[in-house]
Amino acid sequence: MEKPMIELAGIKKIYYVGGQEVAALAGIDLNIKQGEFAALMGPSGSGKSTLMNILGCLDRPTCGSYKLDGQEVANLTDDELAVVRNKRIGFVFQNFNLLSRISAADNVALPLIYAGVGKNERKERARKVLDAVGLGDRADHQPNELSGGQRQRVAIARALVNDPHIIMADEPTGNLDTKSTKEIMEIFEGLHREGRTIILVTHEPEIAACASRQLLVRDGLITQDAGKGVKMDVV
Amino acid sequence: MGMFMESVEIALHALFANKLRSILTMLGIIIGVGAVIAMIAVGMGVSQKVTSSIASLGSNMLIVRPGAATTGGVRGSAGSRKTLKYEDAQAIKKKIKDAQYVSPVVSSSFQIVNGNQNWNTQVQGVTPEYLQIRDLSVSNGSFITENDLATRNRVAVIGTTVSENLFGEENPVGHVIRVKNQPYRVIGVLESKGQSSTGQDQDDTVIVPLTTAMDRLLGITYVNMINVQVVSQEKMDEVQSNIETLLRQRHHLVGDKENDFQVQNLTSLMATLNETTTMLTLFLGSIAAISLIVGGIGIMNIMMVSVTERTREIGIRKALGATFKNIMTQFLIESVVIGVIGGLIGVAFGIGVALAISKFGGFQTVITIGPILMSFSFSVGIGLFFGIYPARKAALLDPIEALRYE
Ligand SMILES: Nc1ncnc2c1ncn2[C@@H]1O[C@H](COP(=O)(O)OP(=O)(O)OP(=O)(O)O)[C@@H](O)[C@H]1O
Ligand SMILES: [Mg+2]
Repeated sequence: MEKPMIELAGIKKIYYVGGQEVAALAGIDLNIKQGEFAALMGPSGSGKSTLMNILGCLDRPTCGSYKLDGQEVANLTDDELAVVRNKRIGFVFQNFNLLSRISAADNVALPLIYAGVGKNERKERARKVLDAVGLGDRADHQPNELSGGQRQRVAIARALVNDPHIIMADEPTGNLDTKSTKEIMEIFEGLHREGRTIILVTHEPEIAACASRQLLVRDGLITQDAGKGVKMDVV
Repeated sequence: MGMFMESVEIALHALFANKLRSILTMLGIIIGVGAVIAMIAVGMGVSQKVTSSIASLGSNMLIVRPGAATTGGVRGSAGSRKTLKYEDAQAIKKKIKDAQYVSPVVSSSFQIVNGNQNWNTQVQGVTPEYLQIRDLSVSNGSFITENDLATRNRVAVIGTTVSENLFGEENPVGHVIRVKNQPYRVIGVLESKGQSSTGQDQDDTVIVPLTTAMDRLLGITYVNMINVQVVSQEKMDEVQSNIETLLRQRHHLVGDKENDFQVQNLTSLMATLNETTTMLTLFLGSIAAISLIVGGIGIMNIMMVSVTERTREIGIRKALGATFKNIMTQFLIESVVIGVIGGLIGVAFGIGVALAISKFGGFQTVITIGPILMSFSFSVGIGLFFGIYPARKAALLDPIEALRYE
């Protein structure tokens, strides 16, 4: 059988708040295969973002094992994790996280700087992905000259620019209206069809319904793991 | 290298985005570098002025002055300024074999008149050897002779400045000028020597025989000083002590009675003064260097603020793959760029101030490449040094915590 791209075993994340232990993740076991489209659902405070940050190599678990492409992430140094974030994972945030003082194209090209790509090639590739998300004509706009939906498309373009195998998105449509949400979801579905692995957090069942796999997180544990179209009891 | 230029570009962008703050931060460095350059230029100017004004008096010179050596700045009484006689000079010339030239001098300020023109200047009473000892020459006419001295002739040799002011284009030789209402025949004009290193017009002088000046002009029986040129550097100390012995004898100073004169060795005086002015230069320079360090602390302060303000930016960059080194370089370059730009402006500022002091302050400042290079590299170094801590702080930020920062 094919080896999973992502293997989590016993992942815990413990925070200490006012001398008290808070288990944001209470021991997650989860495998995600190459080419899957997984939607994480669950009530607020259940640990979805905490899990996404660990999956995205932005954060480290308190304990447990996380193997990415068979490699134990805990053994990687901070700089090696930076390379993983740069080359292998594209991360999309709920609040876009664009740099406000530079243009959309420069924002998209940012990961390429750290990948050591030359200036001209950066420009070209940034334009190409901006075109792909339908924002070719807004390349020179600053983020504050764009709508929320457009900003999120810039952020997606940025996540795609280094051509990563995995796209992770934490409530990418959380701040968007219905129309923008639909456009963004079409992009994700397109990426999934291209064969990329997608993991996405959402509160909306209609969005989760697009995914090939639905996961329910509750109190730091995965309590339900179902295929496409199954109705999840999120409350 | 490409990455490095990239970082410089990012740094310039960041500095440009906060123009006023960047300029204010640089101000500390600008003032520091400028002060170092200007202060050292002033110090070296003073040093050079002292050195060359002593050197212009001639080499291997001893100067005998009347009165006891001043201690603690207290001068001897007025009476003690009359102790040096023309005969002392003659005795030195006669009895001390390595005293090559001996030149006793009196001088005082007078109004010189030619017809309806008049001019105020210094009148010097000298002997013929004054010509050799001061390295003067007569361009037109002749100098004072032993005969003039013996007969106390009313003759004068004038400098070109005096000549121009009293006679214009006319040849003054043979004409009569009046000093203290006495007629003096002009017998010669000195070759022009221009300005001295101290900015004094060396051509603004009237020279008369020593005896004439003492008896007819001033009515005194003593001389103001005696210049002695020694044959060689090695003989200086020997001649100095011989003069002291001779004058003590002549002045009837026995036992431990204090000298009523002093012999100054210009060479050793110069060494002492050089030491003093070097100290002065170092002192001025280090005071200015302190302001450079204060400027550096200013850079650090602003960089700390900047790192805090840009925590989210750092978080985003790290989330997208920036390594410790990437962030460290970005912020270090930013503070080094402040040092470089501030240093360059400071160099221009310092040179400008030094030139302005030269032009309006009435004395020459000396700008050399050494202090410029030193203070510039110092300011770049300060940018680097004071940037390290904030840059490290930025580079060590945890991406998740930085992204969560409001
Ligand atoms: N830095 C932190 N320090 C302390 N506790 C934290 C920290 N981050 C998260 N938590 C806690 O961990 C738990 C899970 O938080 P998380 O952000 O993962 O929830 P979430 O499922 O993403 O919620 P939401 O749907 O509202 O985004 C919460 O109880 C939260 O209070
Ligand atoms: Mg969340």
